[in-house]
Amino acid sequence: MMGQNTGTQSGFFREAGRLTLLFAEIIRSICTQRLAWSDVLYQLYFIGNRSQTVVLITGSFTGMVLCAQTYFQFHKVKMDSASLSIVSVAMASELGPVLAGLMVAGRVGAAMTAELGTMRVTEQIDALRTLATHPVDYLVVPRFLATVVAMPLLTVEAIAIGIAAGWFVATGVLGVDPAYSIKHMLHFTEVNHLLMGSLKAVVFGGIIALIGCYKGLNCGDGAEGVGRATNDAVVHACVGILVTNFFLTMFLRSVLYPQ
Amino acid sequence: MIEARSIIKSFGKQSVLAGVSFVIEAGQSVVVLGRSGSGKSVLLKHLVGLMEPDSGEVLVGGQPLNRMTERQLLEVRRKFGMLFQGAALFDSLSVGENIGFAMRRERKLTVDEINRRIAEMLELVDLPGIQNKKPSELSGGMKKRVGLARAIAHRPEVLLYDEPTTGLDPVGADSIDQLMERVCEQLKVTSIIVTHDMRTARRLGRRILLLRDGKIFLDSPASVVFESKDPYVHNFVNGIANPKEVGLL
Repeated sequence: MMGQNTGTQSGFFREAGRLTLLFAEIIRSICTQRLAWSDVLYQLYFIGNRSQTVVLITGSFTGMVLCAQTYFQFHKVKMDSASLSIVSVAMASELGPVLAGLMVAGRVGAAMTAELGTMRVTEQIDALRTLATHPVDYLVVPRFLATVVAMPLLTVEAIAIGIAAGWFVATGVLGVDPAYSIKHMLHFTEVNHLLMGSLKAVVFGGIIALIGCYKGLNCGDGAEGVGRATNDAVVHACVGILVTNFFLTMFLRSVLYPQ
Repeated sequence: MIEARSIIKSFGKQSVLAGVSFVIEAGQSVVVLGRSGSGKSVLLKHLVGLMEPDSGEVLVGGQPLNRMTERQLLEVRRKFGMLFQGAALFDSLSVGENIGFAMRRERKLTVDEINRRIAEMLELVDLPGIQNKKPSELSGGMKKRVGLARAIAHRPEVLLYDEPTTGLDPVGADSIDQLMERVCEQLKVTSIIVTHDMRTARRLGRRILLLRDGKIFLDSPASVVFESKDPYVHNFVNGIANPKEVGLL
């Protein structure tokens, strides 16, 4: 049992080390190699534009249910019109980036791993290398940049639609006063909440792309290897987002709200 | 010149190469033979730095590959062209984009020059005018031809072929053999061909390396190998199985 734990720990540190090396290679490539903007734009379209539906649906229904649950509790203490401000602050600083991150990890992270993994098992990555092209330059950097740019944009969309959907539920379904709802929301929601959500989204985008590409480039042989790598990529990216979120919240809180 | 010095490579507990050494001079046409799983493809990947040996080293033009970083290796690989077993064409790119890939990345030629070179390469492999097709629209033999066109488009000094005729029908295999012969004669490149197809070996091999148990069992001119009286070599080149191996005795 103890041996198993040691093996798991050394495996974790080995993976963490390799991820760090891949990240360093990405930064090096961005700084030293000529960027293929057309590839970045294509990935931006794929990651950003085609992820919108799932992010918007998630954002809107989360905003609606959060607003309804908050209203049910606040109604007991006659604070109905404060419900939307809870939705707004929660969506902007926590739920928007985390839910968008989880959705993008499931959709985009999995697709990245499956695509790069298939390229690996069909020797296309080796073919790239024999054509004097570094896989990080051609495959990883455009995906990394596109995800890092697309994630904050998707997050802002999720926040906006979540608040709008919450407002609709509060005023249209639960009968809360529209004017007071907006007034309280604007009073309690700060620019820093939105800034915190956007900064988190950038980090989550980096985590999704880094893990997705790493798992794809290092997947095992055959269809089983690609399937396992894809599964691992989604699970690890989701866990990474949730764990990082806590530390980012504490860190950004201390930076954005200094004592 | 390509030199392998005592290459040893294992995957887990399985030893694949157990001390392989040879020298290949510029312009030679060498065929590497051996049974399936004997490490032929692994050896080929070591020659272009796609794999790193556990011990030993590979020298290309006197430069040791295993002391280079991946980015330094990219420069060395400009001298190489490689045809993969499954062609390894990039699915997302058209045939033309596949063939012009290295030239586009280098950015030394104009778009017109690259397009002209792509057309020339497609003529050379007898597939004119298919620039805009996707790899998924091609047959196995056509993919190999396009893979060869991509390998030679940037004018390499050394061509590596990994099982070029595997999976093709006899006519398709013969046409690939003819094509490799033509490329070899026209471009005057060093050719290293990994195969277990004896017809390919007879046609293209001026020198044969026979791998057995992770080592070079025989390194001889083709004529010597095909006339060999050694039981293992004789059985191998004539495709005769050892009855003990197939469980008949």
